This record gives sequence, structure tokens and C-alpha cells, in this order.
Amino acid sequence: MQWETVIGLEVHAQLATKSKIFSGAATAYGAAPNTQACAIDLGLPGVLPVLNTEAVRMAVKFGLSVDAHITPRSVFARKNYFYPDLPKGYQISQYELPIVSEGYLDIDLEDGTRKRIHIERAHLEEDAGKSLHEDFQGLSGIDLNRAGTPLIEIVSKPDLRSAKEAVAYLKALHALVRYLEICDGNLQEGSFRCDANVSVRPVGQKELGTRAEIKNLNSFRFVERAINYEVERQIDLIESGGKIKQETRLYDSDKNETRAMRSKEEANDYRYFPDPDLCPVVVAPEYIEQIKHELPELPQQKRERFQNDYQLSSYDAGILVSSRELANYFEQVVKLSEAPAKLVANWINGELAAALNKHNLEITESPIAVERLAGLLKRIHDNTISGKIAKTIFETLWNSNHTADEIIEQQGLRQVTDTSAIEKMLDEVIAANPQQLADYRSGKDKLFGFFVGQAMKASGGKLNPQQVNDLLKQKLAG
Amino acid sequence: MYNLTIAEIAAGLRAKKFSSEEITHVFLTRIKQYDARLNSFITVTEEAALVAAREADQHYANGTAGLLTGVPMAQKDIFCTTGVKTSCASHMLDNFIAPYDATVVTRFKQAGMVMLGKTNMDEFAMGSSNENSYYGSVKNPWDLTRVPGGSSGGSAAAVAARLTPMATGTDTGGSIRQPAALCNLTGIKPTYGRVSRYGMIAFASSLDQGGPLNRTAEDAALMLNVMAGFDEKDSTSVDRPVPDYSATLNNSLAGLKIGLPKEYFVKELDPQVAAAIDAAVKEYEKLGATIHSISLPNVHLSIPAYYVIAPAECSSNLARYDGVRFGYRCENPKDLEDLYKRSRGEGFGAEVKRRIMIGAYVLSAGYYDAYYLKAQQIRSLIKNDFLEAFKQVDVILGPTTLSPAFKLGEKADDPVSMYLNDIFTIAANLAGIPGMSIPAGFVDNLPIGMQLMGNYFEEARLLNVAHQYQKVTDWHLKIPGGF
Repeated sequence: MQWETVIGLEVHAQLATKSKIFSGAATAYGAAPNTQACAIDLGLPGVLPVLNTEAVRMAVKFGLSVDAHITPRSVFARKNYFYPDLPKGYQISQYELPIVSEGYLDIDLEDGTRKRIHIERAHLEEDAGKSLHEDFQGLSGIDLNRAGTPLIEIVSKPDLRSAKEAVAYLKALHALVRYLEICDGNLQEGSFRCDANVSVRPVGQKELGTRAEIKNLNSFRFVERAINYEVERQIDLIESGGKIKQETRLYDSDKNETRAMRSKEEANDYRYFPDPDLCPVVVAPEYIEQIKHELPELPQQKRERFQNDYQLSSYDAGILVSSRELANYFEQVVKLSEAPAKLVANWINGELAAALNKHNLEITESPIAVERLAGLLKRIHDNTISGKIAKTIFETLWNSNHTADEIIEQQGLRQVTDTSAIEKMLDEVIAANPQQLADYRSGKDKLFGFFVGQAMKASGGKLNPQQVNDLLKQKLAG
Repeated sequence: MYNLTIAEIAAGLRAKKFSSEEITHVFLTRIKQYDARLNSFITVTEEAALVAAREADQHYANGTAGLLTGVPMAQKDIFCTTGVKTSCASHMLDNFIAPYDATVVTRFKQAGMVMLGKTNMDEFAMGSSNENSYYGSVKNPWDLTRVPGGSSGGSAAAVAARLTPMATGTDTGGSIRQPAALCNLTGIKPTYGRVSRYGMIAFASSLDQGGPLNRTAEDAALMLNVMAGFDEKDSTSVDRPVPDYSATLNNSLAGLKIGLPKEYFVKELDPQVAAAIDAAVKEYEKLGATIHSISLPNVHLSIPAYYVIAPAECSSNLARYDGVRFGYRCENPKDLEDLYKRSRGEGFGAEVKRRIMIGAYVLSAGYYDAYYLKAQQIRSLIKNDFLEAFKQVDVILGPTTLSPAFKLGEKADDPVSMYLNDIFTIAANLAGIPGMSIPAGFVDNLPIGMQLMGNYFEEARLLNVAHQYQKVTDWHLKIPGGF
């Protein structure tokens, strides 16, 4: 039987507010345990939550960027359950009336097609603290620094059909929240987390299969692996006569498998009801208009502009817009170098990306700032150096503070474009290789490359390749 | 000196007839002398009170004293006080010392008033008799075999016995007005949102409201001037100017329209209480008011709606008492679940547990619509009843309770009969309107209360109506024998 995979994602993005969603405590990551938890975060008797309006602004910003409906009057509700890292015994969330509903995000698939993924809702809520099970001799430690950090939970419709689509959607969402500057997107620190609802059904069947919810997915790679594992597990189970249970499963990245959580851990009736300590969140139309004007150019718009204005391929544009910082870097290099955009894109997506990747750096941490890369590409474009020489200069740029021009001067790397000088060198090469010349002239065309190589080697790669080609052709022809 | 009102003490201090230290000492001595009989205080802060009193005297000496500087008072043990135990009369919080003051506490401190201690109450403000306290029942000073009412029973008993000239209370379903009625006091529950709930330990957040328990309406006005006002730390507090409640006390009642809801004069009402209310109505007629019969057709649904909404909110509000971060923790828990179950099982009293269970039940999947949502619909109907009524009349008048104080233990095993105690008071909490109870006479030597309810934010009018009655009657001046 042919099976179809159906996936919906629930993404938790921590909002980049300075203080918590219902208290004045700081949200910075990495502070000593329990140093960023005030009386409100600790759930002490008598304290009350007060909504941080910055969190609302960010949620509205997100909603507008996915063309969603902004609820004029959304309501905070209490989700009741006991856990040591949940100080009040309930999480303040939104339930029946989330602030954002009915939006969508378009994603570009590998085959070049575009797919619309619908977003059912996005709601505001507070994060819980953390339970630390190591280093306490059999006891658990509780760190409430994270308790009360604002989150938006973004829930997609079950529109995704493969692990690859899920990752594409997740990456698009990740880029979006960073563009909007509402989330730092740090997966390792848990600022951007994902749960996946996965089911399978026979191709052509309309009803959805029973789904499993996979938790604990904190990297794009794990999302892909966990979904693929889970799909296979479900198909195997059904094909061997079993039945899928609706359950919560944990992904174990060490073993690359998902396994069911104990039923006790999930058998919760959350007893949601509107939080009587908080008034409904009223968002006025004028406020929405104001935020609309504050929206930056979004990844999808930028990608289209890059394709149109710079004549870039969809692939190149897609990579460059994956972060706002990278896209800005690209545009500044184009402007400063006055080199063709395609050349700039190749260098950024090629040499620079490889080097950054190798050293595990973000574009913002690149040792080669915009001006220095632009200086290099400018010299390629005006034929001062060849692309090949440029690659060696790039390495020097990476490891030093010099400009490309300084390196070219210091190391004498300027390209030789003087015809007579090139001719002189070609004549020497031809004279030194009479046998190869004879072979070439008797029809071994492939030896052309041999002569180019010899000339380049003799000149230390500094000859202009195009001129070498043209002149060599004439000379070899005799 | 112990029989002076707040207004009189403030005047005496200003006139330097006595010092704050002297008057504070008077009340501290009376607490020592009489409270063994009443059990109205959980904590007496003698040293801190005397320090504060001396500071107040310094202010008088320096000419920097305010209107109420140096006047003694007591806080219900539901308001958090920095450095002083705040127990909510629960074993659960017997060891809890808050690192912050409730906004109400801050306001009294800013007014320069001197806290004598923290008063007894029903555990987490759940009860109508003050028999649900971890620290034992409070006795009614008018008859030590009877209850003082609840949940602010300690505050009421202490004020009635002249152990303090005033005490704060909180009112979720009648917890200021019912003990005021049973102890011959003037108590006002302000409009929901008028007094900050920050630092006031929550029972049912959408119903809880703090207010003063006093002997006179004049004092109640002074105290509400201190307590009322917007607080940015409480999202449900209302940002709206606070009038000077003392300024309008002497307005004439000529032309005032008083409504008597027929639903408040039921056959279960003690005929002697009914007669006392009738007599009060006649006084108002003499003062120039006109009397109108009105109907609040949905008010009979108050108790069922309340006993869904209040437990629902309490079941969630009290979830934080889990033995993990503060409060009572059971001995040697074997695992997390055991820690939760035993800490909560041992730390809470029976009534609190009953309400948590009711609340968890009405919110659970499959029951939410039938109970919680339905109760909220009833709440809207009741609110509309009042809005309609206030189109016809200025204030609504009726009995505060069906009968005077009952015997200790009399209703302890019958929660439904106990819940009926708040039959007349709950509607004001559900609607969020202000309500007050003032002394209206005696039945078999036990005081009874008359309830006045007003439209939203019309506390000033209620205090005016109460004060005018107190000018022509002397019920509120009576002192319980033996104190």
C-alpha cells in the first residue's frame, strides 16, 4: 500500500522582550539559577500578573507577517497542572481566543515549487521553569529563571507531507521570527522549539490517521530524523496489523528513535478557564495599522526582490535571505564592490559560507567584514586579479586585518594583462615543450590545457586567463 | 480611650490629648486582657507597633503628621506583611513570611497608621463562621458561645470588643458584611477593582475585594480613603479617581430612592430581623427618602452560581501550595506525587479541600459547560438585574443575614446550611457592585445588620446613607457586655 505522511507543527518561540510576560524580572539566558525569578515568577501568595505589552506587540507583528487575523479581544486562560517547575500550578496561556488566528506561510520546496502552509493559530503564553535532574544526588533542582518568559506558540494546520517539508517550514518560520526581531531563534538555548504531530494514511484517503505528538525536537536535523523514524514506525505497525495510539512520544537523538511517554505524564485534564487576574487583551485597529507600518521587508518579499533586481537564481536568493543579517551583508557588498550580484552571491554562498560553517560562526561574527570582501570582489571584477588568486587572497583576508589591495601589493599578485609580457611567457612555454606542441598540432586538442597550466604555473597564476586562452590559441595554431 | 472611634483618635492625637504610644499601648493591653476569650488575633506585633507609634509621635512633634498618623489598626491575616507571618489561618502557611507588603498594607503604612497585629479568619477566607481556622475558632464578643461570622471573623470580633479601632477585611461572598452584621459593625465591600488585590492572598480572584471593618460609617469613609485607588500591580484594579468619601457623609437624603427587593424578604427570614429592617426603613422615610419595591429576579441563583465560580477559581489559585517552594511540606515524601498529595492533604483544612475538589470538578472536561459556563451566564443575569434596578432606585436595602449569630458548631457538619448564610451578600460579589452592612438593631440581645447596595463606584453614596442613619440611631454605639 502507498502511504501519505501528514504533519502539523507546534512551534514555541520565546519572545525577545527584556522582561517577563507578567513580571518585571529579566529574561536574559544563562544567569545563575533562580536569580531572575521575582515573587511573581515564584508564584508567592498574593502576587498578581501584569501583562507586558511588548509581548503583545511582538505577537501582533508576527500575526501580520503571516497575513493572519488579529483577534480584537483575546483572552488569557489558565492551564492547570502540577509540576515542580510550574510555580503557580497553572500556566497562563491563551485557549479559546488566541491573539492570532488563520494565517499562512509560503515555503519553497527543493523542486522549485512553492507551497502554502496554513497557520491555525498563534497564542501568547508564559514559559515554565526548568527541572535539573543531574548533579543533585538523586534529587531534582528547579531553576525558575525561565518561568514567565514570554512565548508565542505557533500551530500549523496538518499541511505538511514530509519531513523535508516540515524542515522547510520550520526554517522559513525561524527566518521570519528573526527578521521580525521578536525571537533570537537560538535552538540550543531553547528559544525556538518544536513539537511535531505525525500521522500516516493510505494515499487517497481523506480522513486523517491517528497522530502521535513528538516532543523534544531542538534542531532542524532532529526534526527531520524524528519524523522519518516515526513515519516508518507507524507504517510498519499498521502493516503488521497494529493500531496507532494517540500519544505523546519523546525523541531520543542518541538512539534516533521515538518512544512513548508514560501515560501518567500525559493523562492531564488541564481544566482551562479564563484567568480572572487578567483583563482581555484589546488590540485596536489603529494599533494594528501602526504595527503594519513598522514591519520590515519579510524573507519571501526579499527573496523575490533579489531574484528580480539582482537576477539571482531562486536557490541563491533563498540562501541569502535565510537571515536578515546575511541578506544585508550581501546587499552591502554588492553596493561597495560594484561587482555583478551573481559574483557576490557565489562568493558569499561559496567561500565565505564554507569558512563560516567550518568555524561555526554566524555572518555577524565573520572575520571578513563587508568592506574587505567588497574590496576583494572589486579587484576580481576589474581584472586586477583572477578568481584563482582571489581564493588565496581570501584566506589571507580571513586570517589578517589587511585589505585585499594591501595583500595584492605586498605579495605582488596583480594580474598580468600586458599582451607582450603574456606572449613572452607563452613563447617560453611552447619552446620548452616541443613534443607536446607536435602532438597538439597533430590533433591532440586536449593538450591545450597542458599549455595553459604550464603558463599559469610559470607566472604564479597571475596571467589573465582569458588573454592566455586567446593568445595561446593563435600561437599553437602556428 | 478604647471606645474612641478612628475619627476621635485622630482628633485626640492632633490635639495632643494623648500620644500614639499611649493609645497603642491601650489596645495592646486590651488584646492581652481579652483576646484569650475571643481568639481574634493570630499574630500580635507588639514591639513593631510601639516602634511605629513612637515614630508617629515624632511626626506629631515635628509637625509632619498626616490625618491618620499614629492611629492603631489591625490587618486580616490574608494581607501580606513584610517580615510578619501571613498565614491565611492555614497550616499550609503557618511558616510563611512574605518578602513584600500588600498594596493595602503599604497604603496604611503610608498613612502612618500603626498595625497592632494580624487577625484570625476562616482558612483562605473560606467560611461564614470563622470555625475553619488552623488557629481555632473565633468567638462572638456579644455571646462567646456564638460565631462572629466569617471569613473576616477575627477582624469583626476584635473591632467589636474594642481591641482595635478598625481592622481590614476581605469579602468574596459576604466575608466583610456578614461578620459586620453579626458583631454590630459597619463594614463595606467596595466595587470590584476599587481596592488593590496585590498581596491579598487570593481565594476567588474575580470576587475578592478588600475593605474596612469599623464601628461607624464616618470611620469607614476615612479608612476607604486610605485603601481605595488604582494599583498598576493589579490588572483588575480600576484607574479612576477616588472621591473624598468623608466629604459627602452629610449630604441630605431628601429624595433618595431606596429599593427593597422582594426576593430579600423571604419566609426563611427571621421575623424579628424583618421587623428591625422595617423600622430602619421608617427612619429613612423620616430622613426624606422614598421607598420602592423592586425585583431582582435572578438573585435566587446567586448561591449555586457562586459555589461553582468561587471553588473553580480557588482550585486553581490554591494550586501553588504544593510543598515545593514555601509553606507546609509533609515529612519524608517518598516521591513527587507523595509530596504533593500529603503536603496538600495535611496542609489544608477540610473546607478548603472540599472547595478545591468542587472547583476541580466543575472545571473538568465534560463538566465545564454545564457548570462553569452556566454559572458565568447566571452571573451576567444577576449583574443585569442590578443594572435594571439602579435605573429605578439609588440604593438597595435589605437584611444582611437571615438571622443573628448562630452557635459555634451548630452548622459545622452541614455545609449547605452554612453556605446559605451568604444568601443576601453573594449577589453583590457576583455583580461586582459595592455593598455594606450597618448595625440595625438587636434580636435576643444579638446584633443584626442591614445591607445597603449601590451602583458601581457609588461607595460615597452608601457611606452617606449609612452615616445619616447612624446620626439618628444608636445601635452602632452599643458595646458588648464584658468588654
